[in-house]
Amino acid sequence: MLLLFFLSSGLFLGWSLGANDAANVFGSAVGTRMIRFGRAAVICSVFVVIGAVVGGAGTSHTLGKLGAIDAIGGAFMAALAAGLTVTVMTKLGLPVSTSQAIVGAIVGWNLFTGSLTDTASLTRIVGTWVLCPILSGISAVIFHKCFTSVFRRLHLHLLWEDMFTRWSLVAVGAFASYSLGANNIANVMGVFVPVAPFASVDVGGLFTITGTQQLFLIGGLAIAFGVVTYSRKVMATVGGSLMRLTPQMALVVVLSQSVVLFVFSSQSLEAWLMARGLPTVPLVPVSSSQAVIGAVVGLGLMKGGRGVRYRMLCEIAAGWVTTPIISGAVAFVALFFLQNTFGVPIARDLDYVLDADVLARVERLDIRDSQLADLEGRTWPTQIGMMRSLGRRTALDTADRRRVLDAAELDHFVVSLEVIEREFSSGILSYGKLEALNQLAGQEYRHGWQLLEALAQNSDEWSLHEGADDHAAARMNTLQTTVLSAFRADSTTPAMND
Amino acid sequence: MPFLFHQTKFLTAQIDDYLDTLSEGMIVFSCAVADYVHGEDQRFQERVKSEGALEHKCDDLRRMIERHLYSHSLIPESRGDVLGLLENLDDVINTAKASLLSMDIERPAILPENKEVWIELATTASNTAESVVLAARAFFRDPHSVSDHLHKVYFHEKEGDHVAEALKRRIFAADIELARKMHLCDCARRIDNVSDAAEDVADRLSIYAIKRTV
Repeated sequence: MLLLFFLSSGLFLGWSLGANDAANVFGSAVGTRMIRFGRAAVICSVFVVIGAVVGGAGTSHTLGKLGAIDAIGGAFMAALAAGLTVTVMTKLGLPVSTSQAIVGAIVGWNLFTGSLTDTASLTRIVGTWVLCPILSGISAVIFHKCFTSVFRRLHLHLLWEDMFTRWSLVAVGAFASYSLGANNIANVMGVFVPVAPFASVDVGGLFTITGTQQLFLIGGLAIAFGVVTYSRKVMATVGGSLMRLTPQMALVVVLSQSVVLFVFSSQSLEAWLMARGLPTVPLVPVSSSQAVIGAVVGLGLMKGGRGVRYRMLCEIAAGWVTTPIISGAVAFVALFFLQNTFGVPIARDLDYVLDADVLARVERLDIRDSQLADLEGRTWPTQIGMMRSLGRRTALDTADRRRVLDAAELDHFVVSLEVIEREFSSGILSYGKLEALNQLAGQEYRHGWQLLEALAQNSDEWSLHEGADDHAAARMNTLQTTVLSAFRADSTTPAMND
Repeated sequence: MPFLFHQTKFLTAQIDDYLDTLSEGMIVFSCAVADYVHGEDQRFQERVKSEGALEHKCDDLRRMIERHLYSHSLIPESRGDVLGLLENLDDVINTAKASLLSMDIERPAILPENKEVWIELATTASNTAESVVLAARAFFRDPHSVSDHLHKVYFHEKEGDHVAEALKRRIFAADIELARKMHLCDCARRIDNVSDAAEDVADRLSIYAIKRTV
């Protein structure tokens, strides 16, 4: 019950996302009566859930890098702050995006707990907010040109054109719903990923549903509930007044939006690009509303710029700044009250220590600075505190300081047969990896890297081979993160039966 | 899905049938006028009946198409335009039928020296209407080519005006009673009304086509 209470803020955010963003997918189709609401709601709900469970991991990793909220109380408040910001700003008629609100809330949590905000991730995320409507607009123009050209060549009868558009809207709407689920589930449930206590479930020996996927399934269902219960009114508004589009233009807009959302959430596409040595697209949750507006503006500019609401563009740009700031401020204040008034832990109480083991590890990482030895034995209570000390006392650059910080993180890992049996016996690990893990049963570690080094010593399969590509490195990184989460002796995450 | 294919196929066929019937009605109209002018009374009577049947068929098809378009929520964006187009096209065949019916009832006495002009007037009206039917077909399949057909409509309509004017001048120049002159002029005006009705459709069609291509 306690878990459900903490998840409720994420579920509220999911419901709100379903109620509002489903309108971006099927609003024009329902508003122009090309598709009935019932059919649209069913298609949208089903594909949002599939997208969330199957393809939601990519964007949540990026949010995790921005700030890994490691206590469920903090996750609850971050989601609640984002949800409140979205609700209040929507009521006030201000443009708002769930993606921007949750990023603001995570940064608010980082500031409150003294955790580092990964500026590289933040820059990448903010960059995609600007890129998203631009890409959507360009896609819309390209798709519109293609469709117009094809329709002109085919000389389709008006009624056949109507039928083609109708079914294309259904198909593209399903794809858009999948992309919405895959891209935006991180907004709803991303903050709960590091603290989710769900164990992997083996479904009849056919496949395994990981704890994260179970979390995303719940989030997907919350979005679907929002679609079914509240999106009808929003769809009618979107289709009837906000976007005066022909069904063909609506098709182009939804297709552009779904492609952009897919590009920013597909791990498969990322792997494909990596394999060919092409630059990858950051997997970041983006705003579906802004993708839609970008597509509409793109079409408007293509037709000479008449009817383009430039004021709306300015409002979107303002939203990139105001939404995260408001959400971050709300999160900061709310976290203060949650921690000090209700006594709920909002972050794990981790220390950062520079002992002999850590210094040896740092040396193995080829990070050398004569001043580091002077700091031996010192302990810092926050990431920011340690980073500042390292900045003052050493000549290390930010990346190296960050690696020292990671090595210094003092935690507690207990490798138990029970956890191995529960989390890793369903075939997600190779025989060699599992054997290496079994050999460590009963061992305890203070640092995550100690556990990973011990695994690498037991089996080569736990090391990254020379010449391994980025995709293999990303897979290994995910696996190592899963292992560390599984064996972390956690005191702040409530158990399943609480 | 198969139901929707069937529905679309059926309605496309009905619209084509409607336009075919309209086109046939225009051919029958010009033939009927020619038969009347040449004194082929029995054939004229058959043509009048045939024109009535074709007009009736057009009405039935139009109603069925309208009902299907609404009941299945098809072409929501263009439905109003399509219904307007079909109703305006219906006016063309209605006008042709009314013209033949009044000719049958009133039996205007055509002056022998003007026979060819009467036939030319009816043929021009028929050509105008057939051009607008072609433009309507283009509206459904290739809206960009509608204007290629519309300029023919306007050309034939203008020709019809010239022929009607020439006919009226010849009627009034003839040495016959004023009442007969007035009667013949009235008949000529009714035939020319078919061209005018077709021109009205063309005017609307040009706007509908622009809406579809923008």
